[in-house]
Amino acid sequence: MSVNFLAILPEALMLLLGILILILDPLWKDEKRRLNLGWLTAGGLAAILVASILIGRPGAQSVLAWGGMVRFDMLAYAFKLFFIFAAAITALFMMDVDGISRRAESYVLLLAATIGMSLMASASDLVMLYLAIETTSIPLYVLAGFLLDDKKSTEAGFKYLLFGAMTSAILLYGLSLVYGFGGMTGFDDLAKQFASATPFSMGVLVLLIVGLGFKLSLAPFHFWAPDTYEGAPTPVAGFLSTASKAAGFAVLARLFITTFGSSAEQWQMILAILAVVTMTLGNLVALAQKNIKRLLAYSSISHAGYALMGVIAASTLGITSSVFYMLAYILTNLAAFGIIVAVGKTLGSDDIRAYDGLSRRSPYLALAMLIAFLSLSGMPPFGGFVAKFLVFFAAIQAGWTWLVVVGIINSIIGVYYYLTVMKYVYLYRTEGEDEAAHPILTTRPYLIAISVLTIGVVLVGTFFAPWFGLSTDAAASLFAGLMPK
Amino acid sequence: MVPLSWYIFLSAALFSIGLYGVLARKNAIAILLGVELMLNAANINLVSFWRYGNNALMGGQVFAIIVFAVAAAEVAVGLALILSIYRSRNTIVADELDLMKW
Repeated sequence: MSVNFLAILPEALMLLLGILILILDPLWKDEKRRLNLGWLTAGGLAAILVASILIGRPGAQSVLAWGGMVRFDMLAYAFKLFFIFAAAITALFMMDVDGISRRAESYVLLLAATIGMSLMASASDLVMLYLAIETTSIPLYVLAGFLLDDKKSTEAGFKYLLFGAMTSAILLYGLSLVYGFGGMTGFDDLAKQFASATPFSMGVLVLLIVGLGFKLSLAPFHFWAPDTYEGAPTPVAGFLSTASKAAGFAVLARLFITTFGSSAEQWQMILAILAVVTMTLGNLVALAQKNIKRLLAYSSISHAGYALMGVIAASTLGITSSVFYMLAYILTNLAAFGIIVAVGKTLGSDDIRAYDGLSRRSPYLALAMLIAFLSLSGMPPFGGFVAKFLVFFAAIQAGWTWLVVVGIINSIIGVYYYLTVMKYVYLYRTEGEDEAAHPILTTRPYLIAISVLTIGVVLVGTFFAPWFGLSTDAAASLFAGLMPK
Repeated sequence: MVPLSWYIFLSAALFSIGLYGVLARKNAIAILLGVELMLNAANINLVSFWRYGNNALMGGQVFAIIVFAVAAAEVAVGLALILSIYRSRNTIVADELDLMKW
């Protein structure tokens, strides 16, 4: 419990970056703004990422910092790196979207949301947790509804806000009951009060799961996701579906393992049922989608179900696999949404049939899309395969075999609709048109982002030792801080 | 002194009324009002638990004050979004905002 600047280093640097952007923005001419703002944000975030890796790594001992508000451990560190990376890539994609690329506000809101997520990953106090969740959500509501002239975008922001406000109020009510029962706000202090499972802890857990289920887009709290992803600016949708979801997982893992570790059997069962519903519903509804953004929305819902298995396992390997899953998923899904940014901009449509003959228009883009979709469907040698394998393995080890059977059946359904999209990309042709003469237009920031993501997907799937090591350290730090039973 | 349970019942009732409002009302402003009721129900909980619990720790008070601030920010963003919807669509009835379905 002391002043520890390393514990909030990424957040502090991101805040400075945001202030810098707001100061510099009025000085730039309008035509320079798009390039300057985007490069400054992405470059600044990349620098923060490097700084965090070089000097921000926590020691083996996890410490409480800032009066017990945040915990400085490997779990928070790993997730912070993921969020900063995702935000940098999203900033690069945002440079390609008219309406947000020239506005300093959009980049600052992105940074604000990332600060909130970083705090979510490290929060170890109820007050800090609630504040961090809202710091994440409120900028994202604005970003989803940022395109004021676009009816779909405002509607997306509106629906996201209504669902978000309702579920965060339910979460807050749950947190207030946790506070009332425990009389304290720190996660570790509360763990002593919730040392045995009671009907009361069950009720509180339901309230908390509703609130966090919204962030994770678990069924039946997923209704906002398809509409918001479809309407929101595509890079924002990509950010929502990856970083925002990963932040929810960080909170879920920390809060449930530390504070409610003793009532694990209660929440494991609730989460297992939700995971089954989430996977099945996500995959089945995705089969019927005609819009690529909605398809990815339902696919992201089902992925939340797979990743949940790691948390349900509640073992060191389980949390490891969830962290690893989030890393692979962030890389893969950002790549998938990134491709939609470029195709949507050039062709003006997000319909799946707009992807006819993409392989002839832009072979490399189609290859990147193939890699992203194969990784989403869990094919080796890409990141998605290793992630899924680990999650299933952890669940089996913890005795959740029936859950894994459901998961595997769902993966097979998933393969079908991912490959259907690839069929349009590779086998179909646009009628009476020379596709090669109409390539998808791409810009330099876009190419950098897609290349980094594609290489990342392959790297995570082949040389997975360093990433696995990071995930293991993260999980170990979570369990090391637990009270001996 | 009024027993703690009275406050808890009050807050539970307020929360339920708010939740009902959010789920049943069609008007966006009314939905936001319902959310406010739910947040205030949580605030009553926090402050009364603090008063009847360990007064030396200020956690509950601080929590309630932070909830005020967050609720204000949320409503500000909410009303801004509702305004932008109203400008482009001329309605704020949630059921009529159905450009996207399934």
